[in-house]
Amino acid sequence: MKTLINIFRELAGLFIDDGLFALAIGVVVVLAAIIAAIAPAAPIAAGVVLLAGCLGVLLGNVTSTGTR
Amino acid sequence: MTIAWTSVAPAVSAAFLSSLVEAVEALTIVLAVATVRGWRPAGLGALAGLATLALIVIALGPLLDRVPLHALQLVIGVLLLLFGMRWLRKAILRAAGVVPLHDEVLAFAAGTAALRDQAQHDTRLDWLAGLAAYKAMLLEGLEVVFVVIAVGAGRGLLVPASIGALAACTLVAAVGFAVRRPLARVPENALKFTVGVMLSSFGVFWTGEGLGVPWPGEDLAILGFAALFLIAAVAAVRLVGLPAVKALP
Repeated sequence: MKTLINIFRELAGLFIDDGLFALAIGVVVVLAAIIAAIAPAAPIAAGVVLLAGCLGVLLGNVTSTGTR
Repeated sequence: MTIAWTSVAPAVSAAFLSSLVEAVEALTIVLAVATVRGWRPAGLGALAGLATLALIVIALGPLLDRVPLHALQLVIGVLLLLFGMRWLRKAILRAAGVVPLHDEVLAFAAGTAALRDQAQHDTRLDWLAGLAAYKAMLLEGLEVVFVVIAVGAGRGLLVPASIGALAACTLVAAVGFAVRRPLARVPENALKFTVGVMLSSFGVFWTGEGLGVPWPGEDLAILGFAALFLIAAVAAVRLVGLPAVKALP
């Protein structure tokens, strides 16, 4: 069981390093999905939210980590 | 079926560069095992790791064709965002001096010291040393497999991406076994920075495709995203690096 938990941790570690950072990326994706669902006439809006959100999350996280 | 170079080049280079980084990290651990306990446990562990990887690919590979394209794009896109932006974040923090650079010589020294320490307490060291090589090969290899699938699946680019990854692994293995030392001169952070930019761009592209976003310029949009991520990352390095520079005596 312990070995399985360790393997799972190692695998999760491939994608998640800073929990808040990963959560923020997830929130951006969910927001983009909601916009894609409620505004099917302007699907590019979801793309704009996705791209701007990811760039914003990256900049916000590194600047806050760097100044901590 | 013709495949545009605008699709092939980013996929192959992303697979090649990320595999280069992973292969260097795996080689460092295998070399540490070989230095402490000889090539037998190191080689057997590494080969067992490669065999497990091959089994995983053979078992799960055909399942990819059965997953609906949009779902595959969305899942891979989100995983790529998490994976690529994690690399980019770490590379930015390292370039800005907030986090120390990854040092293969230091990793090699730590690996050999840990194995030597275990040798004093445990008589099963050959087994443990082989397991360390196995784990390194399997985990770093899984990252390579993930990147190849992520940049290649759904667009008929699995073969070119695999060739890029195999070329990188072969290059690192050949150089590593020739010099028998960790490849400390590989500019790992610069590579991670570049790959982080590329994988994050692929991540935005695939996630958007999965959500039904009609990207302007189709595949060419990836290059635009890469330019934006690069500008943001360089700006972040300058922004975060400034206080560190000011704090120097």
